[in-house]
Amino acid sequence: MTKQTILNATHRAAGAKMVDFGGWDMPLHYGSQLEEHHAVRHDAGMFDVSHMTVVDLRGNRTREFLRHVLANSVDKLKVSGKALYSCMLNERGGVIDDLIVYFLSEDFFRVVVNAATRDKDLAWIEQQAQRFGVSVTERADLAMIAVQGPHAREKVLPLLHPEDRARIEKLGKFVAGEARGPGEMELFVARTGYTGEDGFEILVPESHAVALWNALAGAGVKPAGLGARDTLRLEAGMNLYGQDMDEDSTPWEAGLGWTVVLDENRDFIGRAALEKQKAQGVPRELIGVLLQDKGVLRHGQRVLTEKGEGEILSGIFSPSLGKSVGFARVPAGAGENLRVDIRGRELPLRAVKYPFVRDGKACI
Amino acid sequence: MSEIPGDLKFLKSHEWARVEDADQVRVGISDHAQSQLGDLVYVELPNVGDHVEAGNACAVVESVKAASDVYAPVSGEVVAINEALGDKPETINEDAYGDGWLFVVKPDAEARDELEELLDPDAYAELIENDEH
Repeated sequence: MTKQTILNATHRAAGAKMVDFGGWDMPLHYGSQLEEHHAVRHDAGMFDVSHMTVVDLRGNRTREFLRHVLANSVDKLKVSGKALYSCMLNERGGVIDDLIVYFLSEDFFRVVVNAATRDKDLAWIEQQAQRFGVSVTERADLAMIAVQGPHAREKVLPLLHPEDRARIEKLGKFVAGEARGPGEMELFVARTGYTGEDGFEILVPESHAVALWNALAGAGVKPAGLGARDTLRLEAGMNLYGQDMDEDSTPWEAGLGWTVVLDENRDFIGRAALEKQKAQGVPRELIGVLLQDKGVLRHGQRVLTEKGEGEILSGIFSPSLGKSVGFARVPAGAGENLRVDIRGRELPLRAVKYPFVRDGKACI
Repeated sequence: MSEIPGDLKFLKSHEWARVEDADQVRVGISDHAQSQLGDLVYVELPNVGDHVEAGNACAVVESVKAASDVYAPVSGEVVAINEALGDKPETINEDAYGDGWLFVVKPDAEARDELEELLDPDAYAELIENDEH
């Protein structure tokens, strides 16, 4: 049985093409994925991301628990509302999931994990939390709407209670705060996202989600589907769990080394394996790639290098660049001379730095 | 969903053929096909002078979602291709039965039977109706 978010009927009424995504019936697009992509890059768009899993962690030892289960260091979180992106690893250093953790108070942190990995994430978190006496509560009662784009914040702010507006306007990047929305509905507003644009991700009680969605639409925010979400996040150089990394790849092999903190006196799960791999030499790496020729890079295509074969992890036609870009996993030190096999034809592939697009501007 | 023009014939794989005269059959993909594919971003066409075989893949249309082979509805020589699609593949989304045509085939002498086997608009409409349920 496919699961539905509280906004399902709203999407259908708007003519969305629905697809199965990790067991959820979600909008792929509302007519044109390309238009939705450009709306987010140049104005403001919104995504229903209520399928994502919100988990509240409570207890005096919550920080200690998170220091143990996350590869990034929650010691960076010092001010209430501050958020951190991190991987959660298994003992082999493989990525169980990537997530965002919000520090609310010393005995209350909130994490948002992926939808497709919900069951295993919850099982893992609950198992590890036990010995720290941390309570784990899934917040299935909360819906989540991501409002993204250069004009996203200025369209959201007028919908907030006047007393909360200035405070939310001043939120720094990767910081969240509570606010009242239309009709005093209680919101958790985070200045985070998955598009490379400014904006908010808003948690809202399910009972108010449709009203908030409609208010945002009334403010000129365009609904956007998972299709645009994928092209936006890849242009922004952001990984997708299950495609760019999984339990058999370490952060070193997934371009996520920047999220790993090997600080002193912290024994997080997977650390020993990561240190061992680093000492021995990381065998594979994730690189950004650009296809000069016409055609589209897709997940699973073979990449040929002087050091052996690799593969395309994520590949899209980039609406902002008018060319195809992607992530590839290749043998370490594969160099610049790359080719990709697209339906039996070998085309030259250029290794490029990513993000490919940031804040509306091409970076390559 | 736009009306299906009455002068078209279809393959089950969603290509259309329009017999313009004995020497000229224009080929494209159906409006239903473009809507299933989503925004098109790239089209790979045969070359003028190529010989295509009915039922064989001879072009590729690629959307934001996936690449899809295009099968020739009739055997013959490619005598024209829609070069405008190189810069504007979205023309297929906008006008699948008109400006979004892909190529023109001069049918082989024995290709008449192949044309007979194609679906008429009503049969094709029924096929996609069943597709959607």
